[in-house]
Amino acid sequence: MSINREVVEHVAKLAKLAISEEEAEQFTNEIAGILAYAEKLNALDTTGVDPLISPVPMQAVLRDDIVEENLSQQEALAAAPEVQDGMFKVPRIIEEE
Amino acid sequence: MELYRKPAHELSKLLAKKEISARELTGQVLEQIELKDKELGAFITVTAEKALETAREVDEKRAKGEELPLLAGIPLALKDNICTKGLRTTCASKMLENYQPPYSATVVEKLSQLPLVGKTNLDEFAMGASTETSFFKPTRNPWDRERVAGGSSGGSAAAVAAGEAVVALGTDTGGSIRQPAAFCGVVGLKPTYGRVSRYGAVAFASSMDQIGPITRSVEDAALMLQEIAGEDPRDAASSREPVADYTSGLKQGVAGMKIGIPKEYLALDLDPSVRQRFDEACKALEDAGASCIEVSLPHTEYAAAVYYIVACGEASSNLARFDGVRFGYRAPDSPDTTTMYSNTRGEGFGFEVKKRILLGTFALSSGQYDLYYSKAQKVRRLVADDFKNAFTKCDCLLAPTTTMLPFKIGEIESLSGQYELDLCTIPANLAGLPALSVPVGLSQGLPVGVQLVGKHFDEETILKVGWALEQCFGPMEVK
Amino acid sequence: MDYEVVIGLEVHVELKTKAKIFCSCSTAFGGEPNSHVCPFCLGLPGALPVLNKKAVELATRAALALGCTVHKTSTFHRKNYFYPDLPAAYQISQYDKPLATGGKITLSNGKTIGITRVHMEAEAGKSLHQGDDILAAEYSLEDFNRSGIGLIEIVSEPDIRSPEEAKEYLEQLKAILQYAEVSDCKMEEGSLRCDANISLRKRGSKELGTKTELKNLNSFRAVERALEYEVQRQSEVLKSGGEVVQETRTWDEARGITSPMRSKEEAEDYRYFPEPDLMPLELEEGWIEEIRSQLPELPRDRALRFQEEYGLNEYDSGLMVSTKEMADFYEATVKLFPEPKEVANWLMVEVQRLLRSSEQEIQESKLLPENLAQLLKLVKDGTISGSVAKTVLEESFATGEEPKKIVEAKGLSQISDEGQLREIVASVVEANPKSVADYKTGKGKALGFLVGQVMKQTRGMANPQLTNKILKEYLEQQ
Repeated sequence: MSINREVVEHVAKLAKLAISEEEAEQFTNEIAGILAYAEKLNALDTTGVDPLISPVPMQAVLRDDIVEENLSQQEALAAAPEVQDGMFKVPRIIEEE
Repeated sequence: MELYRKPAHELSKLLAKKEISARELTGQVLEQIELKDKELGAFITVTAEKALETAREVDEKRAKGEELPLLAGIPLALKDNICTKGLRTTCASKMLENYQPPYSATVVEKLSQLPLVGKTNLDEFAMGASTETSFFKPTRNPWDRERVAGGSSGGSAAAVAAGEAVVALGTDTGGSIRQPAAFCGVVGLKPTYGRVSRYGAVAFASSMDQIGPITRSVEDAALMLQEIAGEDPRDAASSREPVADYTSGLKQGVAGMKIGIPKEYLALDLDPSVRQRFDEACKALEDAGASCIEVSLPHTEYAAAVYYIVACGEASSNLARFDGVRFGYRAPDSPDTTTMYSNTRGEGFGFEVKKRILLGTFALSSGQYDLYYSKAQKVRRLVADDFKNAFTKCDCLLAPTTTMLPFKIGEIESLSGQYELDLCTIPANLAGLPALSVPVGLSQGLPVGVQLVGKHFDEETILKVGWALEQCFGPMEVK
Repeated sequence: MDYEVVIGLEVHVELKTKAKIFCSCSTAFGGEPNSHVCPFCLGLPGALPVLNKKAVELATRAALALGCTVHKTSTFHRKNYFYPDLPAAYQISQYDKPLATGGKITLSNGKTIGITRVHMEAEAGKSLHQGDDILAAEYSLEDFNRSGIGLIEIVSEPDIRSPEEAKEYLEQLKAILQYAEVSDCKMEEGSLRCDANISLRKRGSKELGTKTELKNLNSFRAVERALEYEVQRQSEVLKSGGEVVQETRTWDEARGITSPMRSKEEAEDYRYFPEPDLMPLELEEGWIEEIRSQLPELPRDRALRFQEEYGLNEYDSGLMVSTKEMADFYEATVKLFPEPKEVANWLMVEVQRLLRSSEQEIQESKLLPENLAQLLKLVKDGTISGSVAKTVLEESFATGEEPKKIVEAKGLSQISDEGQLREIVASVVEANPKSVADYKTGKGKALGFLVGQVMKQTRGMANPQLTNKILKEYLEQQ
């Protein structure tokens, strides 16, 4: 599949990245290059091959149901760009019509 | 005495015998930073006071006869994508320019007796191979300041090479410890996936990231690994496999060992001087009693493509949390959250990071997942199986760490479109294998490294072979 | 045109663990905002998830109680989307390998509703919109105390054919999960939430019609009403030759209508992929069987047993098992006062009334099974009358005091002493010669009046049967 400007702009929306016209052009070219390079994977028959998700086989480690002391509200909010009433403040969630 | 030039294993003995103090040693290292770092740019943040305070505490404890870890008092530098409580952790990004985490990484807690001299420069979010994508500045190679230190752990490698730290930690997702170690003439170890807790290391590609040491000697790397290895209840992908004793067998030599030489690596477009040094390394090991045998890793040529897709796919998700809500940069004056997200991320991330997020988002998106992400994970298994097969014939593998010598700053542009620059280091990450880069001397005045790749959790073997190589080529001087 | 209603429900239930599903923060409801948080559930860089064993146990128990097959291997995926209350911008959930599949719930009409799957996931935080609603809000405030609480999602097959069935499915589901002690299932605290998919199709058709997804259903009643509204709306659209638009609609409780959520610019693309930070969850067969063996008797089985063992009818047994606590209370009382129908009647009428007016659940009230049993004994042996018993129950319900003590303290014992009653009857008869005369001339009403006078004199404590008997005897003798 080839990638074009339109696809890059769609993907940028999905990834919530504002990109300039100029960047869009550059990203399209560079990503197209990488994807063209990655085409080589299609030369390999992977029928019946299990995807490798974690490189070292391990079983899930489970934690006990124990509550531990964690961050205080002050610590939790310390790095926040904007705070009100002990909470993180964000602009309106629904875009204005 | 120029203490800053010595390796940690020697210094720790001097400290233990109280012939030197941690404060004196730390002072010397800080002085090197003062002298050199304006030009080198290895550090984003220098923590002189904090380092001296820790040194003083260690000295006091030692004076009282308290039991201390072997490396207590050895000046340490941390790559700036490893979280330090209350201390700025930037990932070399505008996004985290002023971010102070409320907690420390597990490795940081484990190394709390080592005076922390500062947080080192890296490619933004560890995405790069030259430390040029840093939001702050590039890091220069101590051997030739017109050249890059490599990356992404370029700051840590340059700091250790220049005597601005005795030991350092880096992170390695596709070669980010080993390649800068090779470029700067120091030792770099990427442990087995799961050997060292990732808790507190800002994630790039979760299934490949590992924290590891960058040091001036193989023995130092073994000592550092000893300190940081082991299961962590906070990282579900940290292994319960018992931690070996990495130093006891270190100097046993390589007689009778079988070293596999993957023919596909030698078929790469290697710089002739790299190839020459590599051949010398083979010969040195044979002279020491090992036998070098040819092995085949037939899927090597696919490794870079797999890496781009898997690493970027994971990164696109890992980096989604940088949204301007709870911490870090937020773009000003956004009328709504969608605009706030897009502008925050558009302005906060640099070009390379955005490119990788876009590629990864594409590879995971509806209609592309099977074609790219799933396909890549399948080929990843084939790459990993190659190693399994090779290890039935040999104890470990020897390969070049890089295909080339350190390149000039700014030259990376001309390398764009060359997708296989990291092909020597990537496969070990895909397969989760431990890999160690060891310097094997200079070529045209620039360091060259070779790489040993071991079986899962068999860091002992590669450290042993690395130590043997070091005996042949000698440790590099501190620049 | 005749349409068939097709409904499927997706229910999210918070697991009753002490700590969150992937970190050790408290799951306690309420508390200062952002005070039950850690680097992981705040989505800070570098933090990692570790699965809570108890959450797996509870999810497994829920799945088994719903008759599902629990899989030995299940895996976690990341569901990627941006929203201010989703800290890491992905939700850890299960995707192609869920914990369990293929269960069912049997409705009272005998019909079974299939359960497609039960899977584990993590809760998001909470957005407080500063304004009338999300649309009007100028800004929102984010609290992450809830972020990372363990959830199970229970997806039904589209087997439900009416809003009433949907409501019953939910009631049964809630009872089962409460019995299994998996969740509190408090809709008002958000520990149980329901989304509904609904479509219509021509009766007899095999194909599914276009569905809408209903959200903001905050009670079982709301689920039923919203579905009723949607049945009406969709059938009108279809009858007028229109087409149902596939969309998410939100229920407006006050106006009693559903309306479309503002459609997003583009369809969601969650980019699911295997969560690399969590290894596959492997459950041992023995462990699953152990949990199965520890399952309590579930509501349907218990109702059947109540019918058999206590002779309750279907309706009464259904009410007695509506919550595990009620059923336990019932059985404990019956053990002490072995008249099962009488106990059920008191619980269904008088106790239920007190629970409703005090807005309590049986386990929250101060009433104890031993006190209810004691009260019924007092009625049975004639110590108090039925009407006094209601007063005593109210007091015992409010204070937890023993009925005997209440009766004693307030002197509420019934007068069953014949001699004492005869005296009172004599004085009443003497004081009301006109009524006595009326009685003699056959006016039945007069007897009632005289009984009333006896009751008045004894403040209602005269044994009514005995009073009747004595009064009649007395009048006959006159």
